[in-house]
Amino acid sequence: MPSVEKSGADPMIAFDGVEKRFGDNVVLSELSFTVAPGEHVCLIGPSGSGKTTILRLLMTLEKCDAGTITVGGTSLSHMEKNGKLVPADEKHVRDVRKRIGMVFQQFNLFPNMTVRGNLVEAPTRVLGLSKDEADARAKELLDLVGLGDRIDSHPTQLSGGQQQRVAIARALAMRPDVLLLDEVTSALDPELVAGVLKLLSDIGSSTDITFLCVTHEMGFARDFSDRVMMFDGGRVIEDAAPEKLFTAPEHERTQAFLHAVVDR
Amino acid sequence: MDNLGTFLSVLSQGLPFTIIATVAGILLTIVLSFVAGLALMSSSKTVRVISRIYVEGLRGTSEVVQLFWIFFALPVLVGFQIVPIWAGILVLGLNHGAYGAEIVRGAVQSVPRAQVEGAIALSMTPAQRMRRVILPQAVVEMLPSFNNLFIQLLKSTALLSFVSINEITRQAQQVLVPRFNPQAFQIFLLLLVMYLIMSLVITAIMRTLERVAAARVGRKPSARSRSQATGAGIA
Amino acid sequence: MNVWDWNFAGQIIPALLNGLRITLIATVLGSLIAFVLGLVLAILGRGPRPVRIVVRAIVEFIRSTPLLVQVYFLFFVLPAFGVVLPALTVGVLALGVHYATYTSEVYRAGIDAVPRGQWEAATALSLPRTRVWTGVVLPQAIPRVLPALGNYVISMFKETPLLIGIGVLDIVGQVREVGGQSFRYVEAYTLAGLLFLLLSYPASLAVRRLERRRAVR
Repeated sequence: MPSVEKSGADPMIAFDGVEKRFGDNVVLSELSFTVAPGEHVCLIGPSGSGKTTILRLLMTLEKCDAGTITVGGTSLSHMEKNGKLVPADEKHVRDVRKRIGMVFQQFNLFPNMTVRGNLVEAPTRVLGLSKDEADARAKELLDLVGLGDRIDSHPTQLSGGQQQRVAIARALAMRPDVLLLDEVTSALDPELVAGVLKLLSDIGSSTDITFLCVTHEMGFARDFSDRVMMFDGGRVIEDAAPEKLFTAPEHERTQAFLHAVVDR
Repeated sequence: MDNLGTFLSVLSQGLPFTIIATVAGILLTIVLSFVAGLALMSSSKTVRVISRIYVEGLRGTSEVVQLFWIFFALPVLVGFQIVPIWAGILVLGLNHGAYGAEIVRGAVQSVPRAQVEGAIALSMTPAQRMRRVILPQAVVEMLPSFNNLFIQLLKSTALLSFVSINEITRQAQQVLVPRFNPQAFQIFLLLLVMYLIMSLVITAIMRTLERVAAARVGRKPSARSRSQATGAGIA
Repeated sequence: MNVWDWNFAGQIIPALLNGLRITLIATVLGSLIAFVLGLVLAILGRGPRPVRIVVRAIVEFIRSTPLLVQVYFLFFVLPAFGVVLPALTVGVLALGVHYATYTSEVYRAGIDAVPRGQWEAATALSLPRTRVWTGVVLPQAIPRVLPALGNYVISMFKETPLLIGIGVLDIVGQVREVGGQSFRYVEAYTLAGLLFLLLSYPASLAVRRLERRRAVR
């Protein structure tokens, strides 16, 4: 999908002074970072450090309390109207959202639809594709994730790993510029993890999609990403290339975290 | 039981009224349940308050009072009398629709939040999310409670005998009992069996729907679905 | 003729309160029967297979047929067996038996919710059967089902007006007489409806509060 914003040096994702609280609990404070188009970024850090909140803010499942978030140069929270900046309406949010896909920890497939239904629903109803186009796209993507023969199955008839593959195909069917992966292997049986991570690596290397992933799989983070951000207490405490971060972390919290994770 | 033939034929004359009132009452109940149930969750406060007043008002007053009110008080206010069977259907629908609204609201709210988020992540509009993702799953949850509600409605049609609608209870109590008083036992037992058969028909239809709906979301219907819902069915 | 006559509305009040007394008597006595008989049905429902099947069949039959017809049944059939009772007594019996089939389901769910380990522990202590019920199972099951029982009391309260079918002068029976004498129905039935709302709405709010309190715990 060619777009004006995507060419040039503009960042694909930009957080500027973002703050998020749940009640008195500050989850993110003064968070600023950018992700370049096509870049693969992994977020690591202890549980409850606010990593997932970043993805949920981008997907507009949560609203931020302060700061701005832009995707491809367009603000998520505000829009321009008659030359003035006003709070975004539902349509504006949906338009930005269309460029972003998300794969969830618990898959979130729709049980009232077949695999095919899950894949063609949004392309036909949101993007306005014809039924045939959407169907062809669904088949192609299911072949890609290795489930071409399960197109008429119900999600509940599939294993966790298969469901997650369908969820990945469903997100890709929207041809997103940005794909958010929220601990996509955490709910899977150990023997299914490697296959799903391999699939994601293949998709990562064969497309120019921008990836932002929250993961506890350090091997995947090292191989997949161009940049790794270490999170703790709602802040980025270290932001470096994986070779650097995993071999010579600067911050002692990073060292402690990696030590604990590797020992496990 | 030499008079069994007479009993059956007199009661059968009332059957069309009982069946029409039940079926039409159920249809009106379904419509009102969804309209009011969704309105209870509206983002507009005015809509929420109006639907809340409808639900609490109809659940808080007695059905018999509602029936008499529509038959005797409403004509004074509007200046004309509604055809009795229509007035009866209106009361049945309005009353059970108020209970149905809570069934719809409860079922919609029981759909996991993750499903809504899945739909948001695919940029679906709020209307698409409700119609395509949430309602199809919520309906599976609603069916056992609606089964109970519809049986309650069938049972309520007997109240229409108070307002001169010649349904089966009135046929028994006004036509048969005065003529065959010593056989009241047989007459009422027969009448009760007719209601039992009709409620078994409702349950059979609803069970089939439950199976179909459960299969569509890839689930097996729970064996105890009906009894689990009893608490919510009538209240 | 005015649609609403405050004077007449005022005249109805004594009749309404008279009727309310009957309605409350019917509700309280009917509920007591429903609470006790429902528990008996629930416990029998866990008995040996033949008992269980018979009890379930009776419960299903009563639940699936109209209360009004059951009221008529008792009213017209009991005298044939030499039992002649006042209309209100017949009404209370019918209400109690009908609602016992609802409460038996409530008790059953409450008893089922008592963890299996509780039965096993009681068995391991060789407690006698009655003690298992009265000392272990019911004290855990009954508090859980109180809100549901409360809801049934409220719905019984709203269903007592169908006793006018056998001539009981409850709230509706009273206002029907008064309204019929003067052909003023608007005040009569509106006030009757409001009286029901005035009593049942706060009661159901109270039950909902009880429900939430139990849910939190």
